[in-house]
Amino acid sequence: MKARLLDLAHARSGDKGDTANVGVIARRPEWYPLLARELTATRVAAHFTGMITGPVERFELPNLHALNFLLHGALGGGGTVSLKTDAQGKTFSTALLRMEIEVPDGTL
Amino acid sequence: MTVRIASGQGFWGDWLEAPVRQIEGGPVDYLMMDFLAEVTMSILQKQRSRDPALGYARDVVPLLARILPAVVERGIRVTTNAGGVNPDACAAAVAETARDLGLRGRLKIGVVTGDDILARLDDLLARGVTLADMDTGRPLSDIRDRVLSANAYLGSAPVVQALAEGAQVVITGRVTDTGLTLAPLVHAFGWSPEAWDLMAAGTIAGHIIECGAQASGGNYLAGWPTVPSLEDVGYPLVEAEPDGSFVVTKHPGTGGAVTVASVTEQLVYEMGDPRQYITPDGVADFTTVRLAQDGRDRVRVSGIRGRPATPYLKVSIAYAAGWKAVGTLVYAWPDAYAKAREADRVLRARLERLGLKFDEVLTEFVGVNATHGPLAGEPSPDLPEVQLRVGVRAGDRDGVERFTRELAPLILNGPPSVTGFAGGRPKVEQVVAYWPALVPKAEIRPAVRIVAA
Repeated sequence: MKARLLDLAHARSGDKGDTANVGVIARRPEWYPLLARELTATRVAAHFTGMITGPVERFELPNLHALNFLLHGALGGGGTVSLKTDAQGKTFSTALLRMEIEVPDGTL
Repeated sequence: MTVRIASGQGFWGDWLEAPVRQIEGGPVDYLMMDFLAEVTMSILQKQRSRDPALGYARDVVPLLARILPAVVERGIRVTTNAGGVNPDACAAAVAETARDLGLRGRLKIGVVTGDDILARLDDLLARGVTLADMDTGRPLSDIRDRVLSANAYLGSAPVVQALAEGAQVVITGRVTDTGLTLAPLVHAFGWSPEAWDLMAAGTIAGHIIECGAQASGGNYLAGWPTVPSLEDVGYPLVEAEPDGSFVVTKHPGTGGAVTVASVTEQLVYEMGDPRQYITPDGVADFTTVRLAQDGRDRVRVSGIRGRPATPYLKVSIAYAAGWKAVGTLVYAWPDAYAKAREADRVLRARLERLGLKFDEVLTEFVGVNATHGPLAGEPSPDLPEVQLRVGVRAGDRDGVERFTRELAPLILNGPPSVTGFAGGRPKVEQVVAYWPALVPKAEIRPAVRIVAA
């Protein structure tokens, strides 16, 4: 079945230059392997098509049941240069949580 | 022996009540206040160029005025980077305030400088320190004539020295946010600066509390609907042990929440490669952090490992990069989004006919796509209102200035049902861009001075 990431994870995002980071945290520790399997850098990059100009990097934090994504070219040139409302990437967190992923039936 | 470090300010502009509440709400040994973001340094540099007595986070003076009597009375010590680009002037203002409060002779202020390398740039370049952009490799000569400020990120060492020399309030320039928390731990526990696991532990403690309430219930996605009493939110504090483990908590009776989830959200904030969190004090490995709930509003943090510091310090160079302005109008039902889009089309056509050239023109429709872009999908056809938000950026100020005069006319000569222009013409702002670079540690000589109130 498909599940909305928002129901499986919470997140916080921030900025460094023109890169936004999104830390995605499993709402239950047992869901972390599912996130690690489904949330590949390639899929996250596809999700943000049209919103970022650079590549996506992924890092694993199994100790925190979390993944960290770096979205390069996400902020219109970076904090102070950017014309965007969200120049500091604060809402990329929930933008990622819009994603739908495949989970085993009965997961939620 | 437990050392309690309270976070009193997460950025310049944070809650003015927080430091007082941290001092009055329960026992603390140290109060840490972070004031500096990248953009802050260039703003402060501009203020200092207009008035040599300015260039620091001025909020810190009235803020300290409210807590200094208690700080002196109870032997609490304060670390803050509020000194900005002028720590000496900041210390002088704080000393004067202390004397006004009757604390003459009872307060020693430590001043940490040496981070400001603006006047040394050409000397460094001449001696082969390239200060090339860390991300792109471009040489500094590309922007040398437009540099506004240049500061190396100092670590905890000079703050430790100031504490060792008896400073009760330590005022610094660009010391890392995390160094302000690590320094009291190094001082109190006598940690060796090459005990890399301990340096990493103190650094991560600093990372958790450096953004104030973001660790204790503020901006808390997992828990926000049920977090109690955010109006009374307790800012975080760490109760640290000599072995590098610590508990994140907040004062009893305050609002907010300290949970594994709230601390985890802060841990991943502004994270890069979690195994390589590089600071002047060492490299912290966030994949070694272990968290455990240890009673209500208490999270135990342990297991942190670190690696040796690199031979470099990061330098943040701010430079002038043109001008920008952002203006908004609000369109009401019916057809709010269609009207806002038509207004944007008209505006762009007029800018085009004026022959104005911009590096970027960005249109956002607040209520439709300003935060989530295309991911938000097609909006409801019946939106009650939409805010049109248009920004422009250019190297030349005149074109940006002209843009700011093209929005108001749309109220009477564009699509109907429009309002929201009470604030007047948009402000033209200078764009300040950042140039991250590295400098060998040996080139930077932090200085510590003690000033008596």
